[in-house]
Amino acid sequence: MTSPALGARPGDLGRRGGAPRRPGRIGRYRTEDVLTAALFLLPAFAVLGVFVLYPIVAAGHISLTDWNGFDPVKNFVGFDNYVALAENGEFWNSLLVTVVYATGVCLLSVVSGLGVALLLDAPIRGRGLYRGIYFLPAVTSSVAVAIVWRYLLDPSGYVNTLLADLGIEGPDWLQDRWLALGALTLLTVWKNVGFNAVLYLTALQALPASVYEAAALDGAGPWQRLRAITVPLLAPMTFFVLVQALITSFQAFDLVYVFTEGGPRGGTEVLGMLMYREAFRLGDFGGGTAIAFVTLFLVLGVTLVNWRVSGAGRSALR
Amino acid sequence: MRPRLLGRLARHAVLIAGAAVVVVPFLWMFTTSLQTRAETYTNDSILPTSWHWENYVTAWQAAPFGQYYLNSLVMATGIVAGHLVLDALAAYAFARLDFPLKRALFTVLLAALMVPTFVTIIPAYSLVASFGWIDSYAGLIVPRLADVFGIILLRQYFSTIPVELEEAARIDGCSRLGIFWRIVVPLARPAFATLAIFSFLFAWNDFLWPLLVTNSDDLRTIQIGLSAFVGRYGTSWNYLMAGTLTATVPSIVVFMIFQRALVRGIAMTGVKD
Repeated sequence: MTSPALGARPGDLGRRGGAPRRPGRIGRYRTEDVLTAALFLLPAFAVLGVFVLYPIVAAGHISLTDWNGFDPVKNFVGFDNYVALAENGEFWNSLLVTVVYATGVCLLSVVSGLGVALLLDAPIRGRGLYRGIYFLPAVTSSVAVAIVWRYLLDPSGYVNTLLADLGIEGPDWLQDRWLALGALTLLTVWKNVGFNAVLYLTALQALPASVYEAAALDGAGPWQRLRAITVPLLAPMTFFVLVQALITSFQAFDLVYVFTEGGPRGGTEVLGMLMYREAFRLGDFGGGTAIAFVTLFLVLGVTLVNWRVSGAGRSALR
Repeated sequence: MRPRLLGRLARHAVLIAGAAVVVVPFLWMFTTSLQTRAETYTNDSILPTSWHWENYVTAWQAAPFGQYYLNSLVMATGIVAGHLVLDALAAYAFARLDFPLKRALFTVLLAALMVPTFVTIIPAYSLVASFGWIDSYAGLIVPRLADVFGIILLRQYFSTIPVELEEAARIDGCSRLGIFWRIVVPLARPAFATLAIFSFLFAWNDFLWPLLVTNSDDLRTIQIGLSAFVGRYGTSWNYLMAGTLTATVPSIVVFMIFQRALVRGIAMTGVKD
């Protein structure tokens, strides 16, 4: 095994202005470490650099051109793509849909994740089994769960059959704009509840028991303890869950593509669907990338506000 | 004692109700996959009453599910192997080595995590197209050989391995690569297992990228094939559910075997002390 680290001659690289010349060092770094690091980082950074980091920069450029994805010529058009978005009714519809969807997913993710975690945070029988069951949708593909729920919500599907047994006439869920968006929101939360519960569960188990004992001595009831101790102490995890839910809903594509195909009449056309249609169906790569950037800035903006408001981000993402 | 028993019962009641909401769709998928086409429209039982296993054969013959399966397996294997090697090397550098621009490089990786896939996907797609990789395994695998999540996960774990072990090996004249291979890799086996499971589930379930870079049934992955099946056989619920179930089984099996490692991984990356 010949590693460059072993082959390095001490002193070869001991330059760098000001720093004392010492054998086997580059400035304050060890030559062997620097060379090994370069060797170890190279493969991952080559892949990430070409397929993630470079595309971020390239996307910034593409969004300022009229490129169709195939033409070798990219004409610089300034902010025309963004101006066109601002004048595009479909974009505003998509933005509204995404904001409503994201709000629902964020709120319900926190409530359901914390709820299940609190139920599981006790020495009860079958705890592992419950956890495993709740986690099942999270490991199943979006395509599969979207197919199943699409048929469960069919006018002659199982959900309406159950409702009929109760004497209720079920609606045609996916043909009504708001019902479809509501169903999509619930489907997303349903898929991720196990994941969020496990996150909250680990945070719950790290909470100091002494605080609870002290509170119990002071006569605080279970509800008071939840509100005054558990929820505030879990704030960093709540921040993390919210950011995750936010990114999930602003990036939603697979679920929507199969569940409703963006319909009915654009009722569930989230920004991801709109971008896909704009770029890959209509061949407008410039416009598609502009939508992607608007998405990025919205996610960053909301995350920043959330960070400031909760004041908890620091500890969650350190 | 009585209120505590009641509380426990109530806890179970709520948990069971929730578990039913999770399990029933899966059960319905299984039941429907075994019915005749007529039964799918008339039979309301959630438990299987007829057992038409031949539906699975029909579904697999109606579309090249065997080829889809193979493509997904090849892609998942390539991606998992890539993550295990490339992520691990980079993670070790960040965990143990001191080099210029270390903080800056790590910050760039964290920032890249916040960027939605949509931002990078159009340029990445154009790049892959210009390489002539559309409709090839290279197009499916190479762009995803490394990922930031794996680097963070492994770095976190490597940092918990006592440095003393590595220092002792250095005194014995072991190179960095030797230390990494003989000491760090064996000790970090649980973290590698966790990463392998996450990467497998990611690759097996991935949708948008394979949708863009494949055109033919020869290269389509199982998720893409399945979504196309909806369009073609949308009214044959039994065959559709048979196809969906077979596409889902690998993830569920992997999850059931490795549940512990998966949950530990979430705890490791989600909460940081």
